[in-house]
Amino acid sequence: MIFKVLAAGELEKFFELLVVNKLIGPVERGPAVDGRLLFDFAEVAEIAELRLDFTQTVHSAKKYLLPYLEETGVFVMEGSDWEKRVDYGAHQPLVLFGLHACDINALNKLDKVLLAEPYPNRFYGAKRAAMFIIGHSCRPTPACFCRSMGADSVRHGCDLFLTPLGDDYFVEIMSSRAFHIMESLDLREPTRRDHKRFQEQAKHRGNLLTAEVDATDLTKILDMEFDSTVWNEWGRRCLSCGTCAQVCPTCYCYGLEEVVALDLAKGAKIRQLYSCNLLDFAEVAGGYNFRPESRTRLKYRYYHKHRGFVEAFEEPLCVGCGRCGTNCLAGITVPEVIASVRRGEVENG
Amino acid sequence: MSDAKSYLGVPVLRPRVGFFELTSCEGCQLQLLNNEATLLDFLDLVEIVNFREGMKESGDNYRIAFVEGAVTRADEVERLREIRRNAEMVIALGSCACFGGVNQLKNRFNDPAWVKREVYGEYPIDSQAAVPLAAVIKVDLEIFGCPVKKEEVERIVTNLVLGKEVKHPKYPVCMECKAHENICLFDLGEPCLGPITRGGCDAWCPSNRLGCWGCRGPAPEANVDELRKIVARKNIPLERLLDRLECFGGFGGEADAVRKELGGLK
Ligand code: SF4
Ligand code: SF4
Ligand code: SF4
Ligand code: SF4
Ligand code: SF4
Repeated sequence: MIFKVLAAGELEKFFELLVVNKLIGPVERGPAVDGRLLFDFAEVAEIAELRLDFTQTVHSAKKYLLPYLEETGVFVMEGSDWEKRVDYGAHQPLVLFGLHACDINALNKLDKVLLAEPYPNRFYGAKRAAMFIIGHSCRPTPACFCRSMGADSVRHGCDLFLTPLGDDYFVEIMSSRAFHIMESLDLREPTRRDHKRFQEQAKHRGNLLTAEVDATDLTKILDMEFDSTVWNEWGRRCLSCGTCAQVCPTCYCYGLEEVVALDLAKGAKIRQLYSCNLLDFAEVAGGYNFRPESRTRLKYRYYHKHRGFVEAFEEPLCVGCGRCGTNCLAGITVPEVIASVRRGEVENG
Repeated sequence: MSDAKSYLGVPVLRPRVGFFELTSCEGCQLQLLNNEATLLDFLDLVEIVNFREGMKESGDNYRIAFVEGAVTRADEVERLREIRRNAEMVIALGSCACFGGVNQLKNRFNDPAWVKREVYGEYPIDSQAAVPLAAVIKVDLEIFGCPVKKEEVERIVTNLVLGKEVKHPKYPVCMECKAHENICLFDLGEPCLGPITRGGCDAWCPSNRLGCWGCRGPAPEANVDELRKIVARKNIPLERLLDRLECFGGFGGEADAVRKELGGLK
């Protein structure tokens, strides 16, 4: 890894170099009634719109790789003949400016599933390859538990990572593309003091991470507690609304539907993101449903993320970003659910 | 208009369809006429034999009947039964036909004679409790919404013509609301029936910063109990939830329960 220091005043120059491309970054969306300031990722044209001091976005940056609706193939009819057209949707490079460690690690997890041979998702792969990603150190919220998921720091998955140190930015250069772009900027070598400041920043951030999930032996405990009564209570609360999967940076499930145009001259296979919490997620031909009850669907979500995925990839399918819990109207959060399984009961149940 | 439609080289028959309205604002039918860009393709796909809003001629030789509106008069009961006799397939078009719609709001008053006097004065008029089509005849397919969403009707009709399965989403409005990255209305202090209402409208209201009023009726297995707890936690008065639950008729039972708890209608 190459470490450099960028004077804060140079950031605008860096931004200007990149904004010739489509650039996505955190923007403010106004306050919630409880006083929280809400943020989301959106296209940014001026550096003033970029809110690098954001806490957490409501929605993740997933949509730039896995749009809610995507045509996986279009069939154009000509008489009794037809032609298939496929568009991976990566028409231009995309700069993601200001992703936190959790969201970069989320992309790394998605890569493991979606780029794996022999059946990689080429729509995802094409967009991922056309992305230039600038990470930025975060401001943890009380909902963040990234450290419990091993996702609080970035080792790969982005082009460079910025950590503000007062007037300067500590820069971790992680790709040759980033190295070449940075060449035209005024960078200096970090001093011993910069290294210290970087470590102090990390410690300060760590102190703000108050939410926790005890992941010790979690795969085994989930096996043992498959019939735990806590699932009944969580199932009673769950609205089966899919909000958790929609805001989650690591959920990738989808449904596929064939849609024919009104003039019958065109058909398309449309992929739509889905959620294992939705009533018909496990519905099969004949109307049978493997998970007709809310409690079994909610349980499945946790078993995929914290058991099945860990057994397959040695890591959970969760980065502890806290979005699912923050946005769940029923107040179902990962730390609470896992703690209740360990405890054997739901608090205020 | 060409008669020789085909799909994947297989000829496609244009079904004869009729559009009918009972007690309603005719807004659902208007939706279908609304988009000139696709209207001709729509007319090309089916053969319309009855459409008061769109044409002068009328006939009763139709296979598919789209019926808009609630049933509120004795003559409507008769008309509906006749439509049922003529059509192979009866489709309830819009929330009035599916649940009684806004019209059923009058049913909650205990004294129908008083309601009639308040609205119509001494004018002699037959006006009974508003009921959905399914209370009178067998309905083969429901298309929800007040009004229906044109794109959805077009997709359903295309699937019917091609003999494909017609499926409604089983997830609630929240799913599509999140797809639009809306800020949740509850975060803005507003109530919303999105978590319990059937999706498919593309989160029409929340995408315009209005909480859902439940016009498409309950999603299957809707968790109304939990929504009531959420509304209470957010300090939103139960009356505001009731306004929405009773508006379109889809949540009739739940609305009755809440109204009873609040001490009935004043
Ligand atoms: S856990 Fe929460 S967000 Fe997820 S489906 Fe259930 S109610 Fe919706
Ligand atoms: S499951 Fe929840 S906390 Fe974990 S990555 Fe998804 S949204 Fe974030
Ligand atoms: S199974 Fe559920 S938890 Fe797992 S990726 Fe799919 S939607 Fe997310
Ligand atoms: S605004 Fe309504 S539909 Fe949208 S997420 Fe919130 S509750 Fe659901
Ligand atoms: S958001 Fe609710 S009220 Fe609005 S169109 Fe959709 S279902 Fe109807």
